[in-house]
Amino acid sequence: MTLLKVENLTLGFDTDEGRITAIDDVSFELEAGEIMGLVGESGSGKSVMAKSLMQLNARNAVYSPTSRITLHDDENGREIDVLSLTKAQDLKVIRGGSISMIFQEPMASFAPAITIGDQMVEQLLLHTSMSKREATDFSIEMLNRVGISDAKHRFKQYAFELSGGMRQRAMIAMALSTRPKLLIADEPTTALDVTIQAQVLDLMKDIVAEFGMAILLITHDLGVIAQTADRVAVMYLGKIVETGSVRQIIRTPQHPYTKGLLNALPDLDDLGAPLTPISGDIPSPLERPSGCVFHTRCSQIIEGRCDVALPEVTDVGAGHGVSCFAVTSSVETSV
Amino acid sequence: MTDKPLISVRNLSVHFPLSGSFFGPKLFVRAVDHVSIDIAPGTFFGLVGESGSGKTTLGRALLKAVPLTSGSVRYSDNGVDYDLKDISKAELKEYRKRCQLIFQDPYAALSPRMTVRDIIAEPLEVMKLTSSRKETDERVREIATKCRLNLEHLRRFPHAFSGGQRQRISIARALVCKPRFLVADECVAALDVSIQADILNLLNSLQKEMGLTFLFISHDLSVVAHTCDHVAVMYLGQIVEIAPTKKLFAKTRHPYTKALLSAIPHLDPDAEKTAIKLEGEIPSPINPPSGCKFHTRCPHVQDRCKVEAPEWREIDDDHFVACHFSEELNL
Repeated sequence: MTLLKVENLTLGFDTDEGRITAIDDVSFELEAGEIMGLVGESGSGKSVMAKSLMQLNARNAVYSPTSRITLHDDENGREIDVLSLTKAQDLKVIRGGSISMIFQEPMASFAPAITIGDQMVEQLLLHTSMSKREATDFSIEMLNRVGISDAKHRFKQYAFELSGGMRQRAMIAMALSTRPKLLIADEPTTALDVTIQAQVLDLMKDIVAEFGMAILLITHDLGVIAQTADRVAVMYLGKIVETGSVRQIIRTPQHPYTKGLLNALPDLDDLGAPLTPISGDIPSPLERPSGCVFHTRCSQIIEGRCDVALPEVTDVGAGHGVSCFAVTSSVETSV
Repeated sequence: MTDKPLISVRNLSVHFPLSGSFFGPKLFVRAVDHVSIDIAPGTFFGLVGESGSGKTTLGRALLKAVPLTSGSVRYSDNGVDYDLKDISKAELKEYRKRCQLIFQDPYAALSPRMTVRDIIAEPLEVMKLTSSRKETDERVREIATKCRLNLEHLRRFPHAFSGGQRQRISIARALVCKPRFLVADECVAALDVSIQADILNLLNSLQKEMGLTFLFISHDLSVVAHTCDHVAVMYLGQIVEIAPTKKLFAKTRHPYTKALLSAIPHLDPDAEKTAIKLEGEIPSPINPPSGCKFHTRCPHVQDRCKVEAPEWREIDDDHFVACHFSEELNL
């Protein structure tokens, strides 16, 4: 069942230097019980996209009129038009109700002067009909569930008293305790060590199986994606350039950008292999390239085409979509 | 190692005192505890470990940026020798011309109020290595070209540059005084993979061109595997394993290294899940476990590990390990 549908999302920020396009005509769907990975370099618009699902972007954000984000709430059988919500009362549904978010830096996302427990209870009182006592018991149970030992004691502690991995677990427990339909995880393991990262990723996978929720996993680490996600969307300068199942993207990437990202990774099985960087830097959003946004760094550029026109999404098989002229023309010639 | 090491560390400890209670026992954070390493000239020496293992403190100790509690750090390069434990202030100034540090975060390391030219020229001016402005400019331009910086950009301020370009500016600043030894502390951790590959290639070509020696600190084993000739694995202030990179990755002899290696997410979604799950987290360096410091998380722990600290020994040619059961364990 489709849980979330994003259609033609276009989003800009009004600044002194003019309007900066952050997301350009992005559409995708997310099924219940699915983990979708969103990868791309810094500045590609991953976090802005995630924030627009909860309307958390800054006040100068401007959504185009064609943008539509629909969230299906199967319990009441109703559809929520996310972008039309304005009142605080209504926004509660997408902010912590049906959608929860885990942030990259768990130290920065907990209030430093309030205990972990009080923060967990507060959101439960806001979003559910639990009494304070029920909320306390439930929060401690959630802390136990995510593998925090001595949860009763931790419940009364402050964020600074917990280690990095423990804080991220508490963050996950807090995000899950309202039983959201969709969990947005924005670089949840970037600040953690590999050994702790493995623990947190396992925990997230278990939770999807247990609660049947969907996860939008934002990361720049393709290894994390390969081990966790079911489907992948690759973003570059506010556009999704390639989507497909995790196997399609990792094994048979089509877009030159996806190939470039994979080639830039050090390969542990072949230590002598040279690293291939993607030439150049991601352009400033103020100087968006014309045509295909990637043409300034692309190795397969077709002059007179890539820098002029915008490539359409081509289906190269079984839900694997690519926006690239080089791929389209090779598909055409082979047909 | 056949070459005489450029940096030779023997039994080095760096302890930071904690302000404990007045009557209670004096507490110390044992950031680096009895570490011995040799770094051969002209090589990349990798240092890996989790956060809190003391990698950065060890790196700083080699530059004498932290006080050394005990042990010795010797630098010897073509007749120029320094003993960092008892180095005089004047000597330390000379030493710092030869040893430089590249920082992790290129956004925080560059002053926003200085132009790129001034940033790169600052070490030359501070150490009085050049006699005229013209000479300084020449040196700046020379190193900027080597680091593949656009010379027209020298007049700009750092905010105009992307992460990769900023890291190249940082590298140029570290190299402008023509050092022999560099400590690169997580210098690619803040960069995207596409840029990271570019910086690693740059460091590699600079190393060959200028004959540099690197201590390359990173938490990312795959980056270290690609860059370094030798790797040391650190846990809770101690080195648990040192080997040439190829040897270490072909056959590791310490359970901690094995666990670190297996925790790297594999790019193949169907790769066999052989990850060894380490329970819990790194213990506090204020009150480290007895015996082998890794015993609280080791999947192969035995009674002997809890009481007796393992000896540092050469298990194979040029492969050192600190574990009682390296031979018996089939890692």
